[in-house]
Amino acid sequence: MASSNLDWQTDDKREHPAPLTLENVHVSYATRRGKVRAVRGVTVDLHAGESLALIGESGSGKSTLGLAIVRLLPETAEVVPGVITYRRDGREIDVLKLKPNEMREFRWSDCAMVFQAALNAFNPVLKVWAQALDTAKAHGWSDKDAVRKRLVELLEFVQLDPKRVIDAYPHELSGGMRQRVLLALSLLLNPQVLILDEPTTALDIITQRTIIKLLRELKEDQHFTMIFISHDLAIAAELADRVATMYAGRIVELGTSEDIFYRPRHPYTLGLIRAVPTVSGGFEQLFSIPGSPPDLVELPPGCKFHPRCAFASERCKQEEPELVEVGPNHTAACWNWIQVEDELKRNPLHRGALNVLDTAVVSEEIA
Amino acid sequence: MAPIIEVRNLTKQFGKGAEMVTAVDSVSFAIEPGETVCLVGESGCGKSTTGRMVAGLLEATSGEVIFEGKNIKQLDSAAFRRYRQTVQIIHQDPYSSLNPTQTIRQIITAPLLRHNKVKGKSAAEARALELLEVVDLTPARDVIDKYPHQLSGGQRQRVAVARALTVDPKFIVADEAVSMVDVSIRVSILTMLARLKKEFDVTFLFITHDLALAKYFAWQGRITVMYLGRIVEDGPTQRLITDPRHPYTQALLSAVPEADPELAHHKREIELRDAEIPSLLALPRGCTFHPRCPYFVAGQCDVAVPPLEALPEGGRVACPVRMGERISLLV
Repeated sequence: MASSNLDWQTDDKREHPAPLTLENVHVSYATRRGKVRAVRGVTVDLHAGESLALIGESGSGKSTLGLAIVRLLPETAEVVPGVITYRRDGREIDVLKLKPNEMREFRWSDCAMVFQAALNAFNPVLKVWAQALDTAKAHGWSDKDAVRKRLVELLEFVQLDPKRVIDAYPHELSGGMRQRVLLALSLLLNPQVLILDEPTTALDIITQRTIIKLLRELKEDQHFTMIFISHDLAIAAELADRVATMYAGRIVELGTSEDIFYRPRHPYTLGLIRAVPTVSGGFEQLFSIPGSPPDLVELPPGCKFHPRCAFASERCKQEEPELVEVGPNHTAACWNWIQVEDELKRNPLHRGALNVLDTAVVSEEIA
Repeated sequence: MAPIIEVRNLTKQFGKGAEMVTAVDSVSFAIEPGETVCLVGESGCGKSTTGRMVAGLLEATSGEVIFEGKNIKQLDSAAFRRYRQTVQIIHQDPYSSLNPTQTIRQIITAPLLRHNKVKGKSAAEARALELLEVVDLTPARDVIDKYPHQLSGGQRQRVAVARALTVDPKFIVADEAVSMVDVSIRVSILTMLARLKKEFDVTFLFITHDLALAKYFAWQGRITVMYLGRIVEDGPTQRLITDPRHPYTQALLSAVPEADPELAHHKREIELRDAEIPSLLALPRGCTFHPRCPYFVAGQCDVAVPPLEALPEGGRVACPVRMGERISLLV
């Protein structure tokens, strides 16, 4: 991989201060029906060089949170209260207080967002080269030759043939190529943090794998700090160091990837894991989570998950739990997390590489 | 047992001249009553086109769809009607497959009355309520007077299933039926479909791009893998998932992201010679996978289309080069 000439800091940044800190961030949308409370009090540190996955279903607030960080929310959205602090090279920036021109600077040079590779992530009448030049110019970089050189390097890094891609229109590229071009463009101004919203959704399986490999290289070789937003648990398992489960606008569980997949303590996380099959793992009976996600205008009282939760008790109907420590660097917002732990002792998750597919164990349930 | 549905050399071409594509190329398979067969493959592999031809929504360019032993093109009108009722399709998008101006009551009772399944409005309503209960839309009385937009995606998909059940189908083509449904709800719809299999003797052709779902739903059934319009491998699910033989099946299985960090980091990496899938407008000669295949043999793979050959362990494989070799998908 040609990466030595990309002038990224390739040292391990994990000792550096957190590049991004979210404190009590709330986001609501004004609608005719009332206030949609999409994000309600998210507090999280993004460590230098780590990849954090935000997982949850539609309406959990994960995409809104991503957009809030780069302030690309629609005008009907309001981020109050909340503080988002960004740190780089000793600077500290209050993101929500940036002026529009400062925000533009921040958005690509410090913190870049990579959207799902739909055609509408591009300007359809601009060739890849023109899109890159536009971006560079908007950030005060007008040396065409330098921009071109950088773009070529980046396209090579994402394993595209620059000659073929640089003068192509977006519609001339396949979905996988578009996703890689978006990734290359997002790196153009050497950001510190990448936010990737559903980076592999809608791509074919083999294309997904090439993107995952590329993102792993960015993470492991370049030590980029990344946030993955996905409804797909597999993306979290493939790419994340830490995983945050979101439900009804809150982080309800936060832990290492292993904590979340093997030792979940929030009933919603457990429910998600028990609802998703693996291909190479053993055959496992799956279960749905009953009910459907709550109405974000009229949220239920207490824990927002209680109407769907098998562990719900009286307290859950009245008081919303905060994140509490359930293990080292592992927090969950559940009054009954110990019962979840007990449940897993009774009915363990059949997960992990040692638990590979064994055709002798066959469940009759689905047959 | 005689197959309920069989297709022989089924081919579908779209467009003409230089723009012509062969979306499905000489596909043959048979499905027996009570079986569950999953058709898997990436976009453009022809799985949905095949499903639509099986359901009679699309006419084949050549080849045959055989329903209970007879070519559907040769059925008389009564038999054709019976075929169209026996074979139903559930589409991917429950947002566009239900008429937004009709209530669930209208959506379910119309086919009941149209096909004389019941006599009179009150009998139709009673049957509609029953069917809504069957698809777990309970209490049915709370749902029947709603419009589709008042229901969630999962609930709409259940309505689509209930509507398909109005005509007592014995064969359901489910085309990406749960792809647009939230992860937490998917399994309950699969479980409901699996129950229909038992309670109503419904045979399923389940079309999906999601191999993990295919494995789960057809654990006791079969999986058929398509690539660029052709079947490259099929076989009992448990054999195909643990011991895939076609290099494309192997590549696909090794590429699937796993919802388990340890598995995710122990999967074999299969390096393809070309990451991009060829265009249907310019298909490679011979085996269409050859430009990407790590086991490509010049002078063989790029010359003739490899036939599907029976594998002693079960199913068929279209790769004379590799069909005898086992590989492990985990390292």
